[in-house]
Amino acid sequence: MSKKKYDSPLLDELEKGVFPSFVTEIKRAAAHSDMANDLIGHTELCYKERVTHWKHGGIVGVRGYGGGVIGRYSDVPDKFPGVAHFHTVRLNSPSGFYYNATVLKELCDLWDKYGSGLTNVHGSTGDLVFLGTRTEQLEPFFAETSSRGWDLGGSGSALRTPSCCVGKSRCEWANIDTMAITNDITQHYQDEMHRPAFPYKFKFKAAGCPVDCIASIARADMSIIGTWKGDIRINQAEVLNYSKTMDIKAEIIDMCPTGCMQFDGKALKIDNSNCNRCMHCIAKMTKALRPGTEQGATLLLGSKAPIVTGALMSWVIVPFIKMEPPYEEFYDLIDKIWEWWDENGKNRERIGELIERLSFPRFLKEVGLEPSPAMVKWPRRDPFFFWSEEDIQR
Amino acid sequence: MSELPQRQTDIGPPHYSKFLHPVIAKNYGKWLYHEVLTPGTMVHVAESGDKIFTVRIASPRILSTDTIREHCEIAEKHCGGHLRFTSRNNVEFFVDAESKVAPLVKDLEAKGFLLGGIGPRISNIVHTQGWVHCHSAATDASGLVKAIMDELHEYFTTKELPNKVRLAVACCVNMCGAVHCSDIALVGVHKTPPRIDDVNVKNACEVPSTIASCPTSAISPNPATKSVKIKLEKCMYCGNCYSVCPAMPIADAVNDGVAIVVGGKVSTLRSNPTFSKLVVPWIPNNPPRWPQVTDAIKVILKAYIAGAKKHERVGEWIARIGWESFFKETGFEFKLQHIDDFTFARETFRMAATFKWT
Repeated sequence: MSKKKYDSPLLDELEKGVFPSFVTEIKRAAAHSDMANDLIGHTELCYKERVTHWKHGGIVGVRGYGGGVIGRYSDVPDKFPGVAHFHTVRLNSPSGFYYNATVLKELCDLWDKYGSGLTNVHGSTGDLVFLGTRTEQLEPFFAETSSRGWDLGGSGSALRTPSCCVGKSRCEWANIDTMAITNDITQHYQDEMHRPAFPYKFKFKAAGCPVDCIASIARADMSIIGTWKGDIRINQAEVLNYSKTMDIKAEIIDMCPTGCMQFDGKALKIDNSNCNRCMHCIAKMTKALRPGTEQGATLLLGSKAPIVTGALMSWVIVPFIKMEPPYEEFYDLIDKIWEWWDENGKNRERIGELIERLSFPRFLKEVGLEPSPAMVKWPRRDPFFFWSEEDIQR
Repeated sequence: MSELPQRQTDIGPPHYSKFLHPVIAKNYGKWLYHEVLTPGTMVHVAESGDKIFTVRIASPRILSTDTIREHCEIAEKHCGGHLRFTSRNNVEFFVDAESKVAPLVKDLEAKGFLLGGIGPRISNIVHTQGWVHCHSAATDASGLVKAIMDELHEYFTTKELPNKVRLAVACCVNMCGAVHCSDIALVGVHKTPPRIDDVNVKNACEVPSTIASCPTSAISPNPATKSVKIKLEKCMYCGNCYSVCPAMPIADAVNDGVAIVVGGKVSTLRSNPTFSKLVVPWIPNNPPRWPQVTDAIKVILKAYIAGAKKHERVGEWIARIGWESFFKETGFEFKLQHIDDFTFARETFRMAATFKWT
């Protein structure tokens, strides 16, 4: 290796301080990678000029796939040949982001051989991101990783890598098996993930309860959020234990959004018919309260970031669904939603934006979902509603 | 090059069950409760009485293979090789007995890893690629995160807050990190329209889709150049046209900067999920440490600590005192840019005379 040493006074400043430094990471990789070494010079230039020096991604990938690799090129390749190509490979992470040392070290060895030695664990969508390689290294890296049981994640106008919270693996609040669901969706829709055929991207995220540690309501076109019916399970002895260290009235009773709880110093009472399952009491008294036992999910649809006509959060389209294998009802609904989106969506139009453009009632009617008060904060206030032919007397 | 192994396609990710700690696998779906023990450790107790102790450390998200190997070595020594990453990019290690926590913590600390992020604190900042790896970045993300967390690290490692404060950084309005529902978030913004490279628009871009990409219909055909033109007064600098057509660069070293939005959350605890709202429309990019940005965040955090009741998130505190009071408490200037004039503008206007005097 013939390595040019770059002066990087601006980046060096970001090696100081307590929190772990990305600059230190790049420098560690630079000790054995010309690509990472040139990334130091390249990033320092961005810092100095206060502007990015990456060009738009070109179309690169592996044979038979339409996504999973993001092309990235420097706009100053002559100065920094090591990052002339600096493509990203997205590997689909296992549900719950669990690994063991053996497989991670194996992936590290492969990435040192075929790429820059730099990663994101994880990317925003939840992929295991391998940051920076050349076009000719893509096929070999894919052969090495796929032969060991890994596959690419999604990119472009396709199903993106589904992700989830830890769910039942390590959380007492999980009302659905988020990891099993996420893995099943991923395997069920391999073609939709690897060969982009949608109007735009589509993301699934599964959260075991409405605490939503995976931020599904803000970041997934379809948010699968665990919930329950029936009574919150109470351990009254533990409630009394909490009452010794916690002001239950101030911290629990008065903070309940529906005012459905009472505590007389001896026993906690919950009017479950008025509970909206916000999780506050359960989250603050983890030993005393648990979700009810009739468990399932609420399906919400449509969230996305602000590009282009403003950010959306997902809203309720199915108040309750069991979400148990083989998930037939769920997949039937997804297929109908995608068909409707495919028929009506414009290029680069997310499902949430399409529903806004064509109307939520029309969406419900055409994909065959029954309207429910659970779907709205309040009914419409204007008198401009549509009727169908069958509603009219002729 | 040596012979490559036979590639496989459409096999999906490895099944998670291969990677679960035996105690996690055994008690899957049978957890009873959990307790936060320290800012960097917690225990989950199963119905069987089994316990799994989780130890969490910070990560810059950009990780070298060298650092991942260090994580692995520690996992092999203490955790039977098991580890996971959180949705906020922290690293978690597992042990099955309380006596095994201290030796693990000791090794992590000896290696310089930072324990924390659990409970009513600041966890790791969710962020995007920025200048390190993105073509549309209006600011850097990793540098902002490092600069902010260096200032606030005590809220990761030790100090408590009224509740969790979730920070996020997106380097442009595409928001790969979906920062729009965070307690405090930064977003890279442009202040100037894209510049049209007529020759390359003609050669490299699809004119109809470029026109269609504009949310305010500011772009129209320019028959004279076989390119497009922009009605400047309609452009809101979102950069969506640049995403579609590389020949319309929008980056501007002097005018790009950072906006701060606050008060969002995704959980339903007590109150419904909310979007973050604009509090500072623009701060110039001032790398490597963006001091004006970190100062503004400290102002917000200080006001939150002083004003919030226990368990209130930033947005719940502001909802209770009113946004007009928030501007008074923080001293941020309220500008024309704060008043919405886009898709959801009307629902933000105050249709009552019940504001507070500030």
